Amino acid sequence: MTPRRSLILDSTVRLVFDAALVLSVYLLFAGHNQPGGGFVGGLVAAAAIALRYIAGGLQEVRSMVPARPWAFLSVGLALASGAALAPMLLGNAPLDQRAFEWDLLLLGHVKLTSATVFDTGVYLIVIGLVLMIFEGLGEDWRDLQGAPSEDGS
Amino acid sequence: MLLGLLVLHAAAGSVVLSAGRRLGRWGLLVGGLAPALTMVWVAANAAGVLDGDPINANVQWVPDLGLGVDLRLDSFALLMTVLVSGVGTLVFVYGWHYFGLSEKTGRAAGLLTLFAGSMLGVVLADNLLLLYVCWELTSVTSYLLIGIDDAEPDARAAALHALLVTGMGGLAMLGGFVVIGQEAGTYRIAEILAAPPTGTATAVGLVLILVGAFTKSAQYPFHSWLPAAMVAPTPISAYLHSAAMVKAGVYLIARFAPAFASVGVWRPLVVTVGLATMVAGGLRALRPFDLKQLLAFGTISQLGFMVVLFGIGQPEATAAGCALLLAHGLFKAALFMVVGIVDHEAHTRDIRSLPILDSGWGPTRLVALVSAASMAAVPPLAGFLAKEEAYGALVHGGAGDRLVLVGIVAGSALTVAYSLRLVAALVRPNAVADVAAERPKLARGPSAGILVPGAVLAVGTVLLGVAPALWSDLIDHAAGALDPESGTHLELWHGFTTPLALSLVTLTAGAVMFLGRRWVAAAQARLAPPITGAQVYDSAVRSMVLLAARVTSIVQSGSLPIYAAIILATAAVVPGIGMISGSWWPGWPRLVGRPAHIPIAALLSTAAIAATLAKRRFAAALLLGAAGFGMAILFVVQGAPDLALTQFAVETLSVVVFLLVLRRLPDRFERRAPAVGRLYRLAVSGAVGAFVVFMAIAASGARTEPSVSRQMSERALPEGDGKNVVNVILVDIRGLDTMGEVTVLVAAGIGIVALARAGERPRPRPLTWANRRSRSVERS
Repeated sequence: MTPRRSLILDSTVRLVFDAALVLSVYLLFAGHNQPGGGFVGGLVAAAAIALRYIAGGLQEVRSMVPARPWAFLSVGLALASGAALAPMLLGNAPLDQRAFEWDLLLLGHVKLTSATVFDTGVYLIVIGLVLMIFEGLGEDWRDLQGAPSEDGS
Repeated sequence: MLLGLLVLHAAAGSVVLSAGRRLGRWGLLVGGLAPALTMVWVAANAAGVLDGDPINANVQWVPDLGLGVDLRLDSFALLMTVLVSGVGTLVFVYGWHYFGLSEKTGRAAGLLTLFAGSMLGVVLADNLLLLYVCWELTSVTSYLLIGIDDAEPDARAAALHALLVTGMGGLAMLGGFVVIGQEAGTYRIAEILAAPPTGTATAVGLVLILVGAFTKSAQYPFHSWLPAAMVAPTPISAYLHSAAMVKAGVYLIARFAPAFASVGVWRPLVVTVGLATMVAGGLRALRPFDLKQLLAFGTISQLGFMVVLFGIGQPEATAAGCALLLAHGLFKAALFMVVGIVDHEAHTRDIRSLPILDSGWGPTRLVALVSAASMAAVPPLAGFLAKEEAYGALVHGGAGDRLVLVGIVAGSALTVAYSLRLVAALVRPNAVADVAAERPKLARGPSAGILVPGAVLAVGTVLLGVAPALWSDLIDHAAGALDPESGTHLELWHGFTTPLALSLVTLTAGAVMFLGRRWVAAAQARLAPPITGAQVYDSAVRSMVLLAARVTSIVQSGSLPIYAAIILATAAVVPGIGMISGSWWPGWPRLVGRPAHIPIAALLSTAAIAATLAKRRFAAALLLGAAGFGMAILFVVQGAPDLALTQFAVETLSVVVFLLVLRRLPDRFERRAPAVGRLYRLAVSGAVGAFVVFMAIAASGARTEPSVSRQMSERALPEGDGKNVVNVILVDIRGLDTMGEVTVLVAAGIGIVALARAGERPRPRPLTWANRRSRSVERS
């Protein structure tokens, strides 16, 4: 089976994809002080992945993503709940905040709060959820029911 | 330390249960240590407790709800503990020989240990809620123990029968506990009994509690589970269904009666049910040919007796109940053990096929004889002392007590009759069931080991009978712990008194009934009630299943439009009525805030209306997306970039997901609904639309308190270290909500894959995650 791939779509996706991922990470980190946050960042990354899906189908998504969807979900949930519970080890209330500031070379003054870890968990979970949706609904099972063909691109 | 005993049971039980088959019969040794150590500890501390100095242990958990582990060992609890742990230890010894090397032994041992712990919890609990938890744990372990031969359909059905009946009673009891706890303002049993609440609510609560006690102690009309439970191996029957668990209901009645006997319908209800159970159970015990069935109905009858004695709430009767409690534990457990031995050696316990038990069975028969004689209250045995006490307590009372006395004498005469029947069956089975075939002889008696526990109990029966001083104090103090006015001094010989005369009448009447058993049987056959308790249970369960099927077929029609209509109509109508019934209308808000709103509103409504009119699913999905983007633009105009960003991303992804689903659906909507159907759909959607609009307006005008958003904005930077208030709310101020939401997302993700793949056949996968890496290398 040969997926009907569109040259225009393919090239556009290649241009946009990396930029969108960078944007999503930016949104994740900037979120605490400017518009953004883990949820939006995750959605933008997911939208970028959706573009790849439209261009190349589930196989394209599978070959591109560095881990399985459930890994995203579990790591994300672990990060979020870990960040929520960690303050309790220090005797504080769960989800208690703490800010860290450093002066780093090149990056200049960096301020991170412990909420960023929590937000990263949210970010990963959103990506994982969208990947799960593709995994569950996205497989073009009618096409794949035949012989275990090579992807033939 | 009390808590330690419970933990010991739980730990030993869990270890044995998880080690299961590997421990085999050694599990009985490990598990049996728990009740044995409890016995030792209780014996060591008995002196102080009997002197009126209860041992308390309290661990707080949720003090505001009255939840906590409150334990209390007073003299009555001590008596029960002797029964639970003492008989329990003997049952473990008995099980060692009975179960032998069967592969179920480990499991049975673990469950028995857990049961012993739960029962100990019931007895020691000084908190209604803790009592309930332990109570239900005994039900659950009883369920597992009855059904231990889980390959047998009969065993499973009997286990379920017991669980359903006692579980139902347990639920009623929980309701009663809550009522009483609320009325009294505390869940501590000692405090409630010290200052018992009164009034209608209390009376209702007490009836509910009694339902629980009746089901657990197999009182009519809830009794039928106990005979059914006799499919369990005999050690389990001896322990759960004669000595320990079925006494839980009696225990509860005993605890509550002194304080509550004169509240509401307690006394008439308890006495009626108890007497009916005593007489009906006694009559039924004259019929079965299965020895365990005979004992089961005998147990039911004796439990009825105890329920009457305790439930009447009269000090002397309470003391008699305490004596009967212990005496019954001794003789009934021993009788079960004997029947178990017969079953074990002769492989039958049906009187009609029982072999002649010959020379080797002398000691076994002696144990049976002594125990059955105690059951029939033959002097000078423990049972006789208890019955004398009971007669003595009631003989001096008023007319009501006399009436109860008549019932008890009748029930006791029946007890004598079925005791004789049991002994006759073991000594000369032909006397009970004359069968044509010649019975084989079983000369070789059982091994000594299997008889020891029963023999110990029988020796106890004799000792307590001839030397009342041994247990007089225990009974005196136990009764005193229930009711300060209660107390007794057990004696074998009171002189020529009315109770003695009644005892003689009882014994004579019972003997006559046994001698005239053919006429009694004929009369019973003619007078037998048209339905049995088991049939009532069966039809109740069947009609419940039928009802559930009917309700399900009505509620779960399987039609998606109907589900959606019900949900949406409810959402519109119920809060809608609530909304309109107050002064809710704040007046129309300003319809146009700024010029940019007009084109956005036009875009939004056009897209929305077009979506409802679209003939193709694909088009409808795109139009919905357009409406969503319109919303996002509105957010931009209103100055909410965060929301707008999120809305854009969500809409984009929604459209993609819609398309994924639409690939599997027909291209066009089906337009086959008849005119009426379309009309009602229109009505529902119109109602929902109107509701949403008016709700939004009403809600925005309903503010009575200042908004929290100002406070959140002010606190975001100093406390959340962030300038973006929305994000600070998400990760800090409302972080717990977010935590819950992302957990839901994870569950949803798993659910989507599971649902989408449900029912799909396994198929070859051209590219899996496992070989993804190599494939991507080829690609590049």
